[in-house]
Amino acid sequence: MDTMQMTLYDVLRMVIAFLLVITIVFINALVMGYLERKVAAKIQRRWGPMEVGLQGWLQMVLDGVKIIAKQLIVPRDADRVVFRVAPLLSFTPVVLPFLVLPFAKNLVGRDINLGLIFIIAVSSINVLSIFVAGWASNNKYSLFGAVRSVSQNIAYEIPILLSLLSVVLITHTYSMQGIVAAQGTVWFCLVQPVACLIYLVSATAETNRAPFDLPEAESELTAGYHTEYSGFGFSLFMIAEYANMFIVCAVATVLFFGGWHGPFSGEYLGVLWFLLKVFLLMLTMIWVRWTYPRVRFDQLMNLAWKYLIPFSLVNLLLTALIVKCI
Amino acid sequence: MSGYFSDLITGSKSLLVGLGVTLKALVSPVVTVQYPREKIDVSPAFRGHIDLMKDETTGTHRCIVCLSCMKACPCQCITVEGEKQEGVKGKVLTLFTLDFTKCSLCGLCVESCKPHAIDFSDEYELAGFSREEFFYDLLKRVKERA
Repeated sequence: MDTMQMTLYDVLRMVIAFLLVITIVFINALVMGYLERKVAAKIQRRWGPMEVGLQGWLQMVLDGVKIIAKQLIVPRDADRVVFRVAPLLSFTPVVLPFLVLPFAKNLVGRDINLGLIFIIAVSSINVLSIFVAGWASNNKYSLFGAVRSVSQNIAYEIPILLSLLSVVLITHTYSMQGIVAAQGTVWFCLVQPVACLIYLVSATAETNRAPFDLPEAESELTAGYHTEYSGFGFSLFMIAEYANMFIVCAVATVLFFGGWHGPFSGEYLGVLWFLLKVFLLMLTMIWVRWTYPRVRFDQLMNLAWKYLIPFSLVNLLLTALIVKCI
Repeated sequence: MSGYFSDLITGSKSLLVGLGVTLKALVSPVVTVQYPREKIDVSPAFRGHIDLMKDETTGTHRCIVCLSCMKACPCQCITVEGEKQEGVKGKVLTLFTLDFTKCSLCGLCVESCKPHAIDFSDEYELAGFSREEFFYDLLKRVKERA
């Protein structure tokens, strides 16, 4: 009877966590869509959305309603089933990592001891969904976008893994809560500045954000892999992109910026610090997007293979040496 | 290998400069004017359609019906008529119309006007639904303003 109660409790806990996570994903897309448009506007010294609601805050909600009401068009020569599956495939892997993110000391879906590996493994499914979408569209722009995305992700996943590993070498654990707990006094962005910088650059590339947004370079490929998607298919890709931003920034927060640590972060209040750090990082990503022009493909590859990977390898080796000596 | 580290340093420096430029733009005031709700002053060099100017001393227009604007107009869009009246020196203006559909805003009428009775107005919200809305009775307009 006792074990039965435990499993029931666990199932209930997971269901609630899942519902909360999906809510966070959708609200995050709304907030980030609004922030992106506002920050972009302010950088270009415009107003941005101003018409609906105070300062236009309802704009994204109305856009959502409009986009849901739109017709789902499947191109005639597309692979119908795969074409329909691809947006769902891009949405699923961005929801799962939220379950292991430590929002506060006692606010985490499930603290598994391989949390970091789980996040990296699940979020790399995203590139598969992009490739599936590009392939199923049966369109040269979509296919080019998909191929670019794959080669870009292969290049940038290596520095991400190497920079995260150099943190794991210090903490001796993959558990997200464990990594946060190890940063009670000093954040790892001070201990591992090179890894932190490499992670932030590669994470921008990993989420296909500007200046690394070659898979959806609108001047060359109309919209890249989601050219043929309309209505909710398109919006699922957009929601996934913003959720992906949240995940990479949350991982950066957990690994380099002390997670939920901060003044007055008790059992649950740490969530405010966590969200503050995540949103500051995401604002930085928006700021970067509206500052730099898109890189050329050879520049993209040069940056990864000539700079990020050697630097992260050296950093990893040095970290290993120092950890071993101490 | 040469230039590997110098590329890295100059590149990083220029990236930081770029971030500084956008940060400065982010905190500087917005330049967009929310047009229907707020308006900015029209430049004095703006050429609207012509209008009869009101003389502040007499409280009316200064037109002497010399018809030089009518003659100068290459589009023949100005019609001026006047008549002799008892006890008044010279002619008195009875009709001054502008067919703005034909006007090319060349300004020859304004240049030719010796008493400086006509000048460019600063009106720019001139959309209309019919041709007739652009046949202006300038005499009526100056009287309405008086």
